[in-house]
Amino acid sequence: MTAETPAAATNIRMKVWRGDDTGGAFVEFAVPSDPGMVVLDVVHRIQATQAPDLAVRWNCKAGKCGSCSAEINGHPKLMCMTRMNEFAPGEVIAVSPVKTFPVIKDLVTDVSFNYEKAKTVPAFKPKPKEADGTRRMYQEDVDRVQEFHKCIECFLCQDVCHVIRDHEENKPSFSGPRFFVRLAGLEMHPLDTNDRLELIRAKHGLGFCNITKCCTEVCPEDIHITDNAIIPLKERVVTRNYDPIAWALRRMRGKKDEFAPPEPEPPSA
Amino acid sequence: MNDIERHEYDVVVVGAGGAGLRAAIEAHARGARTAVVCKSLLGKAHTVMAEGGIAAALANVWKEDNWKVHFRDTMRGGKLLNNWRMAQLHAQEAPDRVLELEEWGALFDRTKDGLILQRDFGGHRYARLAHVGDRTGLEMIRTLQDHVVAQGIDVFMECTVRHLLKDGDRVSGAIGYWRQTGKLVAFAAKAVVLATGGVGKAWKITSNSWEYTGDGIAMALEAGADLIDMEMTQFHPTGMVWPPSVRGLLVTEGVRGDGGTLKNKSGERFMFKYIPDFFRADTADTEREADAWYEDKRNNRRTPDLLPRDEVARAINSEVKAGRGTEHGGVFLDIASRRPADYIRRRLPSMYHQFKELADVDITKEAMEIGPTLHYIMGGIRVDPDTEATTLPGLYAAGEVAAGMHGANRLGGNSLSDLLVFGRRAGLAAADLAKRTPAVRVDDAQIGAYADRLAEPFQRSGNENPYQVQADLQETMHDLVGIIRTKSELEEALVRLERLRARAARVRVSGTRRYNPGWHLALDLDNLIGVSEAVARSALLREESRGGHTREDYPKPDPEWGKRNVVVRQRDGRLELATEPIPSVPDELRGLIGEDKPTGQVATGAPAAVGGTS
Repeated sequence: MTAETPAAATNIRMKVWRGDDTGGAFVEFAVPSDPGMVVLDVVHRIQATQAPDLAVRWNCKAGKCGSCSAEINGHPKLMCMTRMNEFAPGEVIAVSPVKTFPVIKDLVTDVSFNYEKAKTVPAFKPKPKEADGTRRMYQEDVDRVQEFHKCIECFLCQDVCHVIRDHEENKPSFSGPRFFVRLAGLEMHPLDTNDRLELIRAKHGLGFCNITKCCTEVCPEDIHITDNAIIPLKERVVTRNYDPIAWALRRMRGKKDEFAPPEPEPPSA
Repeated sequence: MNDIERHEYDVVVVGAGGAGLRAAIEAHARGARTAVVCKSLLGKAHTVMAEGGIAAALANVWKEDNWKVHFRDTMRGGKLLNNWRMAQLHAQEAPDRVLELEEWGALFDRTKDGLILQRDFGGHRYARLAHVGDRTGLEMIRTLQDHVVAQGIDVFMECTVRHLLKDGDRVSGAIGYWRQTGKLVAFAAKAVVLATGGVGKAWKITSNSWEYTGDGIAMALEAGADLIDMEMTQFHPTGMVWPPSVRGLLVTEGVRGDGGTLKNKSGERFMFKYIPDFFRADTADTEREADAWYEDKRNNRRTPDLLPRDEVARAINSEVKAGRGTEHGGVFLDIASRRPADYIRRRLPSMYHQFKELADVDITKEAMEIGPTLHYIMGGIRVDPDTEATTLPGLYAAGEVAAGMHGANRLGGNSLSDLLVFGRRAGLAAADLAKRTPAVRVDDAQIGAYADRLAEPFQRSGNENPYQVQADLQETMHDLVGIIRTKSELEEALVRLERLRARAARVRVSGTRRYNPGWHLALDLDNLIGVSEAVARSALLREESRGGHTREDYPKPDPEWGKRNVVVRQRDGRLELATEPIPSVPDELRGLIGEDKPTGQVATGAPAAVGGTS
């Protein structure tokens, strides 16, 4: 923290991408700085003093709601949690909308992809209550699912995922890391009884992921998306589909044969 | 007008926080064709920021707890101005509403026996708040959001509802605009449920997000519904004070619930000086007893650090005014010296992260600097306690936008439970009304008139900047209708609000209708200023100090005022104020609350009050 007083404030220079679905360009602004400013403060100051129609999504300004995702110098980040003192004094910072989703205007993108995918997730379906009418779960059993519930739906993991970032054509058959976190949270929920494994493989496109961990690196909640959600899901899918012992056991128990064709090849990313 | 997008539903719920989503779930479950309309993306409403927990007498941690104790705590915390029936329903139904979230997939922190763990909070006699670390609101909103999506309920996201439509005396729908395109959209509905939250963005230092512009309160007022208790605003005692960019950001009461304590710049635990008589019997008067209470509630009384929020906020204000505050005008909140670092990181992960990232403070090693921040409004739309029906047929209200439940001061944790209990009841009653109602009519002339008003900011000749008008409004409310009020300042506030209203009418918006925040704010200003006037007028009328309303010129509670609500309604474009008796508590419940009443001078920070307060 620099102990600057407003009187000693220096100017901040920031390039903000302005435009809409027909195109746009960076526009450079200069505003006075205050101690402790984050990128979103600068964008707000630009909006209040120079560009009143500058479009930006935000809500909590505390890293809790996941609304203000953008690319700052090309890195997917929350604007409200990116301090200006992370950058060299005098550096011109560039702020642009997330790349994976279509631009609506300026820093606001159309993230409806995610809300449509959410509709395809089969709901939580709890097992019956205990005999005494309670639901007993132990902290050590809920810990790993609570990690997934930390997700604030900022969609930065979706933005950085190369399966959809550079391949629009994959979007219909791939739900992205956010939904693998969601699905892992349901699959590992101590009370849930729904079986989503075949759906995860066939509809949500888990096989497209080749575990490059880009999603984990950008998660502002530090969820270990790849290690704790995606890889365990992949293991479950593999066990279900390719483990001959599990397959034989299912046959012996008279369960439906879910042996299915191999997973799709990962795209050339 | 034929080009305006139109929809028809049985029930339209405005707002997608906890109350709105719970109302929609209930209305849908009762067979009503239901839509949720919200200003932000789904899952981003203010509920997501709730930290500490949901108050419900589950009795998982203390077997002595039950709805009667919760009722008592709520009524006393509200300085007895609460609608007793709402407080009763809330205390009785909150446990079921919490357990229901578990049925929908929520995962609360657990006790050693595998049940829902509960934590201590201000004004609650027992550890009562179901929680998930310090991100309970996120768990709640995501659970409700996923349930809404799974039920296939229609959601209109980034769609701002701006006016109610009426068919004669009854509400028959609403009109608003899509934020993305600026195009208008009109809803016909047999019942409208307002769940739009509060009006914190009228103040400079607030924990509230941009959405909190008093929309529901203003729409209800415009349509002719009654408001009550608008002078009752809650300043949360612990908001961040440094650096300036995060000033006002909430620091959960859970810090104190988990052992943190307030200290002035000399290291004195000053809350012991500010114990009012009304809470003396429940409150520890030595540090030893206060510290022992966390582990043994049977033999010790509660720490004064966990007095209700109004008491703590006033105490902090007084310490700072007396020159005992920190460098940046707050006081210290210290958990670092009182609990192990790993405990703090596990119980308060968001607070740890927030201070580390935004203030370069490690809360496991240093004290936090905190001060009061406008957090909540207890006042709002007057509702029937059982059905959440407003005084207008066809209109319901639940959550922060409604009034009565919390009286003069809300206890921490009682908000999330309020959303669930009364959200459900509002959805239920709205669906029932829809079932009994044949088709409603929306009036094209009304739609046309509102469409013109929505377009007006583009056509004006003035040159006011909406952001500057809002900033000046925030200064006015902070300086003149803040934590401590007085007649001359409130009168000055009303003069300034008139000027701000005139300036707002000269705001000219540039750019197009496509996702234009300047235009959105220009429209929000009317709501912000209108609701601010209702707050200032009510505050001027109530000549006493009670709960969230503190008058330097009337520093004591007045038993006569304790029996009355201030009612605000709009007639012919002007606000009318009246006082009406609060419903009296039935004998069988009065025994639970106790016979004593709040008395004694409150801490206003004025020289006479410093050091001796009760």
